[in-house]
Amino acid sequence: MFEEIGTTTDGDLIINVGPQHPATHGVLHLVITLNGETIRKVEPHLGYIHRSIEKMCESLTYRQFIYVTSRMDYLSSHINNHACAMCVEKGLQIEVPERAKVIRILLDELTRIASHELWWGAMAMDLGAFTPFFHAFRERESINDIMEETCGARLTMNFIVPGGLMADIHPNFQKRVKDFIRLYKSKFEEYNEMVTGNVIFRNRMEGVGYLSKEDAISFGCTGPTARGSGVSCDVRKWFPYEGYEKITFDEIIETGGDSLARYMVRVREMNQSIRIIEQLIDAIPEGEYQAKTKAVLKLPKGEFYSRVETARGEFGVYIVSEGGTTPYRIKFRSPGFSNLSALDQMARGSKLGDLVAMMGTLDLVIPDIDR
Amino acid sequence: MNDTILQNELLKIFPELVFEPGTEWLQVTVQSQQWLPLANTLRYKVDMDFDFLFCVTCIDWKTHLAMVYHLRSTTSKLHLVVKATLNPLNPEIDSVTSIWKTADFHEREVYEMFGVNFKGHPDLRLLILPDGWEGRNPLRKDFEDPINMIRL
Amino acid sequence: MWSLAKITNSIHEALNNQFSAGWALFFEMLMAGIAVISLFAILGLVLVLMERKVSAWMQIRLGPNRVGPKGILQSFADTLKLLVKEGLTPGGADKFLFNFAPVLAIIVAMLLMAPIAFAKDFQLWNLNIGMLYVSAISSVSVISILMAGWASNNKYSLMGAMRSGAQIVSYELSAGLAILSVVVLTGSLSLKDIILSQQNGWWIFKGHLPVLIAFVLFMIAVTAETNRAPFDLAEAESELTAGFHTEYSGMKFALFFLAEYVNVFIVCCIGATLFLGGWMPFHIGNWQQFNHIMDYIPSSIWFMGKTFFLIFLIMWFRWTFPRLRIDQLLTLEWKYLLPIGMINLLVVAAMAIGGWHF
Repeated sequence: MFEEIGTTTDGDLIINVGPQHPATHGVLHLVITLNGETIRKVEPHLGYIHRSIEKMCESLTYRQFIYVTSRMDYLSSHINNHACAMCVEKGLQIEVPERAKVIRILLDELTRIASHELWWGAMAMDLGAFTPFFHAFRERESINDIMEETCGARLTMNFIVPGGLMADIHPNFQKRVKDFIRLYKSKFEEYNEMVTGNVIFRNRMEGVGYLSKEDAISFGCTGPTARGSGVSCDVRKWFPYEGYEKITFDEIIETGGDSLARYMVRVREMNQSIRIIEQLIDAIPEGEYQAKTKAVLKLPKGEFYSRVETARGEFGVYIVSEGGTTPYRIKFRSPGFSNLSALDQMARGSKLGDLVAMMGTLDLVIPDIDR
Repeated sequence: MNDTILQNELLKIFPELVFEPGTEWLQVTVQSQQWLPLANTLRYKVDMDFDFLFCVTCIDWKTHLAMVYHLRSTTSKLHLVVKATLNPLNPEIDSVTSIWKTADFHEREVYEMFGVNFKGHPDLRLLILPDGWEGRNPLRKDFEDPINMIRL
Repeated sequence: MWSLAKITNSIHEALNNQFSAGWALFFEMLMAGIAVISLFAILGLVLVLMERKVSAWMQIRLGPNRVGPKGILQSFADTLKLLVKEGLTPGGADKFLFNFAPVLAIIVAMLLMAPIAFAKDFQLWNLNIGMLYVSAISSVSVISILMAGWASNNKYSLMGAMRSGAQIVSYELSAGLAILSVVVLTGSLSLKDIILSQQNGWWIFKGHLPVLIAFVLFMIAVTAETNRAPFDLAEAESELTAGFHTEYSGMKFALFFLAEYVNVFIVCCIGATLFLGGWMPFHIGNWQQFNHIMDYIPSSIWFMGKTFFLIFLIMWFRWTFPRLRIDQLLTLEWKYLLPIGMINLLVVAAMAIGGWHF
């Protein structure tokens, strides 16, 4: 299965990047065929963090399986849970109260900002600038503190249940979110000065890792990876769910197709998330935070698919139910899986230093890929 | 182009297709030998243009295996779910890697988890499972792993 | 206040009174050697801690603050740790070269200490070709890096060493042109003469624009020469996991680490000597009172202050800029810095002949 690590007959060098490596975000093992400093082929070897989640979910009830998805893409944990809860609600035809919908969207957008902050810091660190990482975490810590107060946890917040939320938000939630918005707006200019406007960063990212629009669609890329190549695919715009149709925000599309375009898409998406939060934070409707559901959920026989837009792209949950308390088959369509398949095509012909920039802009979270 | 027009168009070209009524998205079952021509039509016929394959999976129904392909068009909002029934003793179907490049990784995963052979796949080998798992298909319902299985 | 020159002169006289000339010379050399080695040790401790505290300050955190008050004793703990670590030699490595590379790096750094004037009349060796000696000896450090990369028997190390070799050789040209600018204005290669020529003002002020350009080129070139960020491809942690010194551990790694920091110190000393006046205090024209106060501060404090300011500048670069790719790095040197340096040298030569400096 694994190629002989060494040299090919042409004299090309085969080296391993990972699985333990400071720049791969998680345990990703890439076998790279190099000719000097130019990359000939990139082959990802996955499975270092495969936990057989899909098989495991076949023996978990519909209330239990939601939280394993937090552990898949741990940076978008609320959004993943949201997708699963939506799928169960679709099967049981549960109507979620308005208050729960609005709070779910608020939590989703806060999670998206937190995920993009970490991406930004880690990307800058991969390229060699160590300081933006700390600045990014300063904002991320504010979000984590908000989450801790309301949901009880900082990374995997098991807060969304089928039918609504597990508990009501903390009374301080609105005030803290407004404080965070103020803090973020004052710091956002710093980000532009430090990284986006820096000539060295631009030279490292411009023209690196070109992905054309047709390739992006063919490889199944979604999220900022595809939007950086001009593909309009935001699930929140195309197939709105849970109230996104009533909120005004822009879908950021760049046509460059290179790493800089993907970078700009994510940075601008953070601003759009702030815009969404601002529209909702003062208008949380009163009411129940959870619809009345039975204690033991049994989905009727059939198949259900629901999808959301996570920080990485389109996350889909496909449940096949035979009428029991546990699903018959669950398939998680993870965005990273398809985004990673485009890496080989993007990387051919570029240098080893560019590979790091490319992996950074793809924003891979390996547990998401390996499930 | 909406669901009914699509259904009629497809029935004109492939009369043996079976459409399931009453589902959220148009669902069609196809014979495994007809999958590749159907895929070509869906992808390249002018008004269909299903260029986005977003989910490829397989379901083990104990008597047979069923491949499920979720397709979508990026120009219109059309969805299509294609199912193909496979023989449980020798499951094989054509690979669509030449049509949608994303099928490369997805089909490798189905191959290792269910044992489906994809004819024409450029590089069919294990993706997520480590060495030594060839031939053992974990996501099948009759998979027994006496060491690691936890029974609830 | 005190003067280091007086201390050394009194020691010199005392030794000559006690022993014969040959023995006195031998003891002086011994003491100079011990002084250099202890300066190395102290510099290593101070610079490592300074780097960590400066980086922490820029990254809104505290840095080491557990060992000793405000973390001052952190370096001692680090040294102790490196001393007791197992020094592994990878199988298949060329043993002699593997062990000799760090030693060579230290030897080069020690040799470069010789012509530097730390204070008034306080130079180990007043060469008449001081600057040429410095340029020549610093080129030898490339050999130690290439040796380390090759002898490690590791693909990553080899790639790191090759990159580093190309980088250092290219940037020596720019550094040399920048040094030449000041040498042309002074008319002498000797460090003592260069400092004395700055009695009526530092070259960076006297030489105005062309010398300022030369200073900027010098700072960029020496950052690249010492493998510091943003030119630290050779040890790019995110890409090659420590590059040419991947396979070193324990004392050998400590020697490389020390050699890098001492190299930074030495190039900053050279920069301070050439552009900022060495141990000359800061005088402003005819403000006698001001000049008197400035003179009161010992020359060694002036020298160390200027050097540490330049070291801070180099550390500032590291924590602000991302890394350049190897081809961008070489493009920067050959297409931009070298032409600018050459034109600048011509302008400086014209300036020196026409007397258009202050």
